[in-house]
Amino acid sequence: MTGTAFEELPAAPFLTPPRDPFLPMERADRRRLTAPVTRVRLPNGQPAWLVTGHAEIRQLLRHPGLSADASRPGFPLLRPLPPPRSEADRQGLFIRMDGEEHARLRRMLTAEFMIKSIRRLEPMIQRTVDEALDAMLAAGPPADLVTSFALPVPSMVICHLLGVPYEDHAFFQARSRRLLDQTIPAQEVLAAADELRDYLRTLIDRKRGSAERHDDLLSRLIRERVATGELVANELVGIGLLLLVAGHETTANMIALSTLLLLRHPGHLDRLRAEPELAPGLVEELLRYLTIVRTGLPRLVVTDLELAGRTLRAGDGVIALLPLANRDHAAFVDPDDFDPYREAHQHLAFGFGVHQCIGQPLARAELRVALVELARRLPGLRLAVPGDRVPAREHSVVYGLAELPVTW
Amino acid sequence: MSGERAVRVRVDRERCCGSGNCVLAAPEVFDQDDADGLVLLRRAEVPPELADGVRRAVDLCPAGALGLR
Repeated sequence: MTGTAFEELPAAPFLTPPRDPFLPMERADRRRLTAPVTRVRLPNGQPAWLVTGHAEIRQLLRHPGLSADASRPGFPLLRPLPPPRSEADRQGLFIRMDGEEHARLRRMLTAEFMIKSIRRLEPMIQRTVDEALDAMLAAGPPADLVTSFALPVPSMVICHLLGVPYEDHAFFQARSRRLLDQTIPAQEVLAAADELRDYLRTLIDRKRGSAERHDDLLSRLIRERVATGELVANELVGIGLLLLVAGHETTANMIALSTLLLLRHPGHLDRLRAEPELAPGLVEELLRYLTIVRTGLPRLVVTDLELAGRTLRAGDGVIALLPLANRDHAAFVDPDDFDPYREAHQHLAFGFGVHQCIGQPLARAELRVALVELARRLPGLRLAVPGDRVPAREHSVVYGLAELPVTW
Repeated sequence: MSGERAVRVRVDRERCCGSGNCVLAAPEVFDQDDADGLVLLRRAEVPPELADGVRRAVDLCPAGALGLR
């Protein structure tokens, strides 16, 4: 590292400013990141590489010499969490695994989330969206779109898919949120994870003891993988934890933020109502423009690699800053403009490399159905507060709105 | 830019992570295995009219499991 004194390096993670949910970070911070690969300072004082270029992030995340295992010494932590207390805590959490260990678990799930499998779930997604809107309309305006629509829809869908009882939603929604909150003490984050694991362990034990044949993901994995000895029950607990949390927070935040953005330009919702077949392209641009994993993806360099003329050495930490890659002039024309009908499919909102979001077909389907029906059923939808007064969760690992007060 | 000639696709199932981007980009050419979700080729020889979709699939593959030859 040369040129800049360590104390003067920009400090990661970068946060969205309180009053502008569509800015990936403060303008002043962004102006300092002039190269696609730069140096930053992490909260624990450790230096790390920050990669912001679209091409550079693609090259980086496809590289085999990287580790996603946060328990390795030197791994760049965006919040100071202690290392896993035991091997049991790591089991099943394949987003933090590498190589064969990762591939073994991911491959047990890929068929569940592929496009044709999600297509079979689409009537259930449609019904869930319809019923949530029926209830919201019946209760009448005003409403908080987060609690009445954006959160319950993906929550019900992931519960149905996994075979988790939705009536327990208050319990796991609160803990999912705490797990991703970067402002609460580490012990509370770990306690939330423990409580979710205990809940899932009890649920999985109950399913294993049940004589009934259930057609849900956890029950299928019990029958096809746990019963055959390919998977131990605690690994299934970890897998369930990942899918439950990821299935909630990401899509819920995308639905609410997308709605806020579309309400800024009512023409977008009018056009979606008239031409719902444009929804898939619109969803890709929303994913690009909003990129809710705003603090980026952390990785540890395991073998030296060259990136944009810099040498990243084994043992260095590196952060792939997805939101800036999705606003890279080299990849998108006028990247800071929201253009619902641009070709945005090469965005990196789902990440890149072998860890790329496994649930992306599900997320796309939920977003598409939710936004099309919102536009169709609520033509008079508008904000119930000024646009800059919508409370956000700036300190969550997954950016989102705390509330979205609307009326119609 | 539209492809003039037929292209041949190469897939590496060992590298595939089952993201399904190829199926989204070129459903006439790519499919996913019902058993493990990994990439399947519906045809290895791609006619010129499908070549652009295949190039997009190669570009979008997060694992670098696809190639042209």
